Amino acid sequence: MEFNSREMWAVIHGLILGTLFLLAFAGGLAGLWSLRPGFMTTAGIKERMGRLYVGAWVMAAASWAAVITGTWIVYPWYRVKLAPVGEDAYAGCVDAILPNTSCSPRDFLKSNVSGSTETWHAFGMEWKEHVTWAAPILATAAAFLIAYYGPRLIARPWLRAAVIVMFVGAFAAAVVGGAFGAFLNKVAPIV
Amino acid sequence: MNTRFATDTKHDVEVAPELAGLNLVDKPDGPAAAAMLSAGIGIFMLGFFTTGAVISASLKSFLAWWEWGQGVGPLAGKSTVAVIIWLVSWAVLYFVWKDKDVDLKKMFYIGLGLGLLGALGMFPPFFELFHS
Repeated sequence: MEFNSREMWAVIHGLILGTLFLLAFAGGLAGLWSLRPGFMTTAGIKERMGRLYVGAWVMAAASWAAVITGTWIVYPWYRVKLAPVGEDAYAGCVDAILPNTSCSPRDFLKSNVSGSTETWHAFGMEWKEHVTWAAPILATAAAFLIAYYGPRLIARPWLRAAVIVMFVGAFAAAVVGGAFGAFLNKVAPIV
Repeated sequence: MNTRFATDTKHDVEVAPELAGLNLVDKPDGPAAAAMLSAGIGIFMLGFFTTGAVISASLKSFLAWWEWGQGVGPLAGKSTVAVIIWLVSWAVLYFVWKDKDVDLKKMFYIGLGLGLLGALGMFPPFFELFHS
């Protein structure tokens, strides 16, 4: 039972960093949501804020690590053109049922040799590869705001709501990436 | 009751007595406004470059130059240049506003608007409209 190098990087990018991001998001959102007047004692605020700072920065760090590994390590394996032979852009994909050494995942999806798959690339991958870069930007800005204001957010409900909007925005961008990443890895796995 | 927050000049302050024991000093909103607005700028640039690369072959070539032979294509430039613009705009706005109280709501909504435009620019059914 083993992973090759590419499978291992796909696991690190999607499963490990994605799970870390989700865990940090869930904890961070719960912490932010409960930063309300009258909910905690002074001692409780001190204890809660420490975890919130860690959760927010872990979420930001996980999202940076996910987009950097995804873009610079996994994505080139997805998009490399292996199939063209002469004028035929997808000659290497003939009779393929999955991507292989002569048909990259992008070649495979665009060739439609195994059903109607082109939209997985044209919509799914094209959306995922771009919008996920919004996640670390929003997560970092939200972590900065949480660290900058700290417990002061308790007394400022509008500001807390604004931070939650940014926090959830980062999550939404990551969901697009994570969901399409999982689907694409089913339809056209990295080989 | 902690009167610091009750008399705070910030328009959205509520009274939170439990903060009294923490002896918090007030902080200017400028750095937060810088973080909000620059995040919107960064996401807007991601959308701008995504749609721009569909419209302009020369912009697409410029963005692909940033891949440094790694096979990433134009995504390398879209993400790297947008992140650089985000960080530079954040740093500039931070130093300009670090000791000031800026209208936080205004900057948040401007940032949100820029972010939504950026999200539109990265949505395939939108940028494919410009494919020739």
